[in-house]
Amino acid sequence: MHEMGIAMQVAEIATASIPDNMKDVRVEKVNLKVGRLAAVVPASLRFCFEIITKDTALSGAELHIEEIPVVARCRECDTEWTIAGPVFTCERCKSGSVEILSGQELNIESIEIADE
Amino acid sequence: MAGPESDLLPQLILPDGVCNPVRNVCKPLPAVKTYGCQVAKNSERKIEMEIKVVRKVLDVNDTMAAQNRKMFAEKNIFVLNVMSSPGSGKTTILEKTLARAEIKSAVIVGDICTTNDADRLAGTGVPVVQVNTDEFGGDCHLAAHVIGNAAANLDLDAIDLLIVENVGNLVCPAEFDIGEDARVVVLSVTEGEDKPLKYPLMFRVCNAALLNKTDLLPYLDYDKEMAVRYIHQIQPEMPVFEVSAKTEEGFDPWLEWLRNCVRQKLVKQNAN
Repeated sequence: MHEMGIAMQVAEIATASIPDNMKDVRVEKVNLKVGRLAAVVPASLRFCFEIITKDTALSGAELHIEEIPVVARCRECDTEWTIAGPVFTCERCKSGSVEILSGQELNIESIEIADE
Repeated sequence: MAGPESDLLPQLILPDGVCNPVRNVCKPLPAVKTYGCQVAKNSERKIEMEIKVVRKVLDVNDTMAAQNRKMFAEKNIFVLNVMSSPGSGKTTILEKTLARAEIKSAVIVGDICTTNDADRLAGTGVPVVQVNTDEFGGDCHLAAHVIGNAAANLDLDAIDLLIVENVGNLVCPAEFDIGEDARVVVLSVTEGEDKPLKYPLMFRVCNAALLNKTDLLPYLDYDKEMAVRYIHQIQPEMPVFEVSAKTEEGFDPWLEWLRNCVRQKLVKQNAN
């Protein structure tokens, strides 16, 4: 729902990551990690990103989104598993004392630039 | 293959097992190879680089949230972020809570537009600040910088509890840290038992749930036990307070939980 705001943040951070001595480069790709629990729709994010980056150093950059699975760890029996559906109890011992190890990310990992 | 060029060419992986494909490694081609003529040099190829960033997209919000958290801690204020879908009864619950809790409080209310909720809450005598997000494009949630700015309108030395009534939305507010101490989600019995399954992130990030409008249960086919089971499927240890904001049934345990939260923060702050 707020993919435009997120796209603006992505564009800002990506632009700020271009080294000072390389200001004439073209950014080819922005690599994101988006957890499956994060409230972000990749297609909407790409759409907003395209609009936001028109006529900037990021224009035409591909937004590459790696979707991160929701991995949980049971604090009682130490089992780790990937959560596939809306169940957050341990798949082995059914304990409710569960820690989420991944799946809530919304990170920019890297940018790839080309010097033409 | 024999010949002077054999060192320049990658080794062939033969299917008859003469070269074991596992042990066989392709030699990398040199940058420029000559077979009696010049080949295009590297200067025509693009120079590509990957620059590591490794930053949270919501970094800016999280930094502001941390600043809020520090400020509220210095002022000994417990901050509660109250979220729900539109129409679940947040404002009515807060009207009744503020009237009965006996805690020095203030409220920041977020809505896309109108000051209706602030006007209602002001009736309790508690200081209220209304934030309308349509000034900045109709944001579907409250962000940390908005809370920081709104709090500047309140006398923070005079309160122990700040309640933030978030924009009615079960999706986005769950993503945004605003510097709160605890989060509460309000679910009403007119909404469908499987709401927690449809909005797992919201129920994962909240500390307690209020199941509201229980006065309507005799008129509905709502399976209350199923709703609570679904909440616990997503957040197994979450306290669920079954309340009616209209009749105030079930309010005592909810108020006690809230008073306890405020007390514990004061104790913790004074110990530091």
